[in-house]
Amino acid sequence: MILQRVRDLRHRKIIFGIMLSRINIKIPFATNAIIHRGLHLNKASVIQTKVDQNSTEYQENFASLQILVNELKEITRNVLTPDPVAAKRDLSRNKLLARERVNRLLDPGTAFLELSQLAAYNLYGKEDIKSGGMVTGIGKVCGQMTLITANDATVKGGSMYPVTVKKHLRAQEIAQENRLPCIYLVDSGGANLPRQAEFFVDGGRVFYNQAVMSSMGIPQVAVVMGSCTAGGAYVPTMSDENIIVKNQGTLFLGGPPLVKAALGEIVTAEELGGADLHCKVSGCSDHYALDDEHALFLARKVMENLNLRTTNKYNDNLRLDYEISRQDNDIQTDIEEPLYDPSELYGIINSQLTKNFDVREVIARIVDGSKFQEFKKFYGETLVCGFAKLYGNTIGIVGNNGVLFSESALKGSHFIQLCSQRGIPLLFLQNITGFMVGKEAESQGIAKNGAKMVNAVATARVPKLTLIIGGSYGAGNYGMCGRAYSPRFLYMWPNSKIAVMGGAQAAGVLAQITEDQFKRAGKEWTQEIADKIKAPLIKQFDDESSAYYSTARLWDDGIIDPVDSRKVLGMSLAAALNAPIEPTRHGVFRM
Amino acid sequence: MLSRAKCLVKFPHHAFKRTFSIQTKPEIKPINKVLIANRGEIAVRVIKTCKKLGIRTVAVFSDADAKSLHVAMADEAYHIGPSLSSKSYLRGDKIIDVAIMTGSQAIHPGYGFLSESQEFSKLCDKSNVIFIGPPESAIRDMGIKSTSKYIMTEAGVPCISGYHGENQNDDFLVQEAEKIGYPLMIKAVRGGGGKGMRIALNAEEFLPQLHSARTESEKAFGDSTMLLEKYVRSPRHVEVQVFADRYGDAVYLWERDCSVQRRHQKIIEEAPAPGISEELRRQLGEAAVRAAKAVKYVGAGTVEFILDKEDLSFHFMEMNTRLQVEHPITEMITGIDLVDWQIRIASGEPLPLTQDEISRNGHAFEARIYAEDPGNGFLPGAGPLKHLSTPDPSQLVRVETGVREGDDVTVHYDPMIAKLVVWGQDRSQALNSLISRLSEYHITGLETNVNFLIDLAKHEYFQKGDVHTGFINQHYDTLFPSKVVKNEVLAQAALGLIINENNAALINALRAGTSNDPFVLNSDFRINSNHIRTVNFVVDGKDQQVSLMQSQDGFKVKVNDGEWKNVQVSKVKESGRFSLKVNMDGAVYKYSIVITPESVTLFNEEGKTELQIKQPKFLASSGEGDVNKASLVAPMPGIIDKIFVNVGDEVQPGQSVAVIIAMKMEYVLKAAVCGKVKSIAGHVGDNIKKGVTIVEIEASEE
Repeated sequence: MILQRVRDLRHRKIIFGIMLSRINIKIPFATNAIIHRGLHLNKASVIQTKVDQNSTEYQENFASLQILVNELKEITRNVLTPDPVAAKRDLSRNKLLARERVNRLLDPGTAFLELSQLAAYNLYGKEDIKSGGMVTGIGKVCGQMTLITANDATVKGGSMYPVTVKKHLRAQEIAQENRLPCIYLVDSGGANLPRQAEFFVDGGRVFYNQAVMSSMGIPQVAVVMGSCTAGGAYVPTMSDENIIVKNQGTLFLGGPPLVKAALGEIVTAEELGGADLHCKVSGCSDHYALDDEHALFLARKVMENLNLRTTNKYNDNLRLDYEISRQDNDIQTDIEEPLYDPSELYGIINSQLTKNFDVREVIARIVDGSKFQEFKKFYGETLVCGFAKLYGNTIGIVGNNGVLFSESALKGSHFIQLCSQRGIPLLFLQNITGFMVGKEAESQGIAKNGAKMVNAVATARVPKLTLIIGGSYGAGNYGMCGRAYSPRFLYMWPNSKIAVMGGAQAAGVLAQITEDQFKRAGKEWTQEIADKIKAPLIKQFDDESSAYYSTARLWDDGIIDPVDSRKVLGMSLAAALNAPIEPTRHGVFRM
Repeated sequence: MLSRAKCLVKFPHHAFKRTFSIQTKPEIKPINKVLIANRGEIAVRVIKTCKKLGIRTVAVFSDADAKSLHVAMADEAYHIGPSLSSKSYLRGDKIIDVAIMTGSQAIHPGYGFLSESQEFSKLCDKSNVIFIGPPESAIRDMGIKSTSKYIMTEAGVPCISGYHGENQNDDFLVQEAEKIGYPLMIKAVRGGGGKGMRIALNAEEFLPQLHSARTESEKAFGDSTMLLEKYVRSPRHVEVQVFADRYGDAVYLWERDCSVQRRHQKIIEEAPAPGISEELRRQLGEAAVRAAKAVKYVGAGTVEFILDKEDLSFHFMEMNTRLQVEHPITEMITGIDLVDWQIRIASGEPLPLTQDEISRNGHAFEARIYAEDPGNGFLPGAGPLKHLSTPDPSQLVRVETGVREGDDVTVHYDPMIAKLVVWGQDRSQALNSLISRLSEYHITGLETNVNFLIDLAKHEYFQKGDVHTGFINQHYDTLFPSKVVKNEVLAQAALGLIINENNAALINALRAGTSNDPFVLNSDFRINSNHIRTVNFVVDGKDQQVSLMQSQDGFKVKVNDGEWKNVQVSKVKESGRFSLKVNMDGAVYKYSIVITPESVTLFNEEGKTELQIKQPKFLASSGEGDVNKASLVAPMPGIIDKIFVNVGDEVQPGQSVAVIIAMKMEYVLKAAVCGKVKSIAGHVGDNIKKGVTIVEIEASEE
């Protein structure tokens, strides 16, 4: 934080320096220099904020989004707090809890981009399957961005629910798309038998993915820290290398109860598939760990020898030899933080989505130095396009400033083509009610122009990131790279809504249709009847369009605090850039 | 340090005067190459002056010193034998050979080793190499205490009553003791450095102490002749630096007080001596000059006196015919480079200054930094200097050392790591400077006395100048208060550790060529939550947990189950040294930190605090060996001197099993249990590390 502050100040000084030089150039003999140097000034692209922090609107917005963020943090806190009984049981067996395992696996002092923390939130009624029973995310292990999954044994003994499988598959998808090495910390009691039908078939994809990723050369390491039964046994055995914890990890196709039922053999789990058996006899495991800490230590040792550029350069002892009393200077990075405090986003966003806000104010609080080089600023103004840098990496940003018209769609398609051509990753900031409807729009060909944008988004092979900052409705969701368009990562703000259309509009449509039916039948149509028809639909739409409903079902990769947008997108982009950018071939554009 | 220019200006005047008064023209043998027959800081010290004077230097070294600083600094260096001093630095013949081979006109012996060896001085003369030191006769006269006392009494230098005769018969000595009266000091005639020295408080104690001193002297010096002296209960050790030239002239360069000692060895010295009147100072100086003249002394010497703290009477004790360890404090208050003078006088020049011209300015302290454990009877230690950072040297601060970071303090030689010398306008200013410079002396890897020196320098009575040789014993309780590691210190150490981790992550990212890694720039970020990092220390066998959390503008820190505290951290750079400044709920602390896999060492104004990091269990269990109290392990690094048992022998609890010699001290390993010797690792003469099992005993079933 302090480093960041210093960098901020340093940055401000530079800006100040530029301003000074502009004053200087008023001196007559320097006139020529103005014209020449003006071309190289970087200031022109800095977004000038129009936010008035003293306005009532700002303050109302701030208070209302603050409530939503506090709610998000509170919900997250509950989800991250393990069930005390289960936690005590595991700790008494000298096991570490799932998130602690992840924390110890990571390089000290680095961030962890946890994905879908609120998976399964309110999904299974009274069954609280915290985080879907599995922690997934991206973090640095021996200097390499790595995808980590960890079964949470405090959630129903780590047993697999349909959402657990979905989360595992999503994690693998991320690893595969971004070519991230995987570390699976396995501790699962196996399938949740009452729900097996919901995921048995899809579940096989986990091992399919392992095989395919391995064939692509993506390293996978498993650590057996609990049971790996039946299909679960394939996770470690299909990994490049695996580690098993003595007296704790077991690995077998059929557990003791099944063996007894099928063959009448009576064996203990340790005899049937413990560390000693697999490391000394069967060869199913490669490394013998004495406890959880040892296993994580060994996993890092395995990572050290992946022979990747990052892991080869990593020195785990730096943090030990390094002496503050001797440190020569602050570590310099040339990354500029945004000029404006990201917490101002609270005051900018109208959390009820009743009033639009300028997406540029959001961009100004995400990108390096708040600098944004806008493209076609005065054409198709409801779609804002332009280039910026995020932690030094160039990105193309597509953001909504209203409903999409034909011009906006054409501009968007053009811009996406530019980015694909140049290999520039795309960031979509979604706040869209949809494409324009109505006679005029249809006659201008909104359907074919929208199709072009959908085509461009779908076929662009550059990494795509999507952040839903407001509404995400109708075909707007598609054109702005919704989940179905395979963005590498998709996040939502807690105020955002996602649905085919808004609840009020949907209810309006339904009421209109019913009114027509009433009229045809000659029945009397009253406002009371209309309200009665509308109310449940509005409620249903409201519930189903909430960010929590979406995130519970893994329609996104997580709900984030708007303040953290830059960090989360920055890390996501860094992860996406781990895979080489492939050339794009767009499809047929209807002209 | 007086500039050479000043000396040169003065010199012709004296030379002129001399030619008239003595009627002999000084015979000057130019010296442009000097061999330094020593090691460590003193060798480095001599080389520095030689470099200043444009004199080429030749170093000699043993196996253990092949990579040491004095070898690196000298123009030439020659290997003279194995680590053992008797096979290297004490081999006068080899050293003379090197001197002749390299064409060195002179040999500087430093202190210790051959500096007070008549034989070596003679050998130099015979080989036509100048010995930078007094003539052989003066070494001899002053080396034998009985002779020196006799000469001093003749010359009118006050001596303490005693018996210095040759009759060593026990009964006779008892009679002499009665004559002198108790308490009484029994000293080896050839002794020094506290060896072969005992105190008998009454008649009953006399014979046992006499025998004990004899045995020790016989072992250390091959001579068991003893002298008896009146013992002064509250003595101060005050010594006078003298210089004499070969034309019979001598001057004194004021006195030094070296009263505060542990194990009869000096630990902190100052010049001038506190609480002494100018008149007494003059008397001391003049007595010292008389002493030097009486033995026709040439070069640098030190006349030691016992000064009775109560009545301020002083008595000649001995004369050290060499440059003393603590000579820099004299240099600080006089501005004279004593090594420069030694070389001039050795080459035949007369004294550069007359007594009237020798000024005195301000106050200087020297603290000796030793590898030793003050809390454990000042037991000497050895080991690697894993981290070493010293105060910045300046006009006012000298850091005299012969070691660098990464060097070993070996069991073969003196465990002194460095001398810290400071100067101030007056005593209190110098003392303040000493305390703050000591707190900047950062050493890890081995136990040192720096913390003790800080406590000593801060001690109320030391501050008052109320010193005597029994100072440490008298004030033992206040000098060794039981220290509890404060929660603030735990928090600061943990903060340092995690800031280091964050920095290391950044450096690793830079190494991998990514200065823009958001995973690293957003240290420890977690989605919608805070990561609580814990650091576990083991302090006095107890676990102490510090929890830390990065917050918007710094950190939050909690020790054990205490309150979360807000902390802001900043790095400060002062004269090239980095430290951390933390503001913990309004209190600001400044400290430096050194981190190893096992420990965090924190340095602040109170000195050093080393905290052990709790190690993962798997590291310990991989060794498999359970701690066996029946095994006898080396308590410190040293050399196996004796093994009294063989495999299969039955031993009883308390039975001596082996002897280790470390730092010239014996350490007897005794069996703790009744049993049978199972195995013996090592042989007599082996070098062993601390913690190595020497004898394994199989405890018998009871």
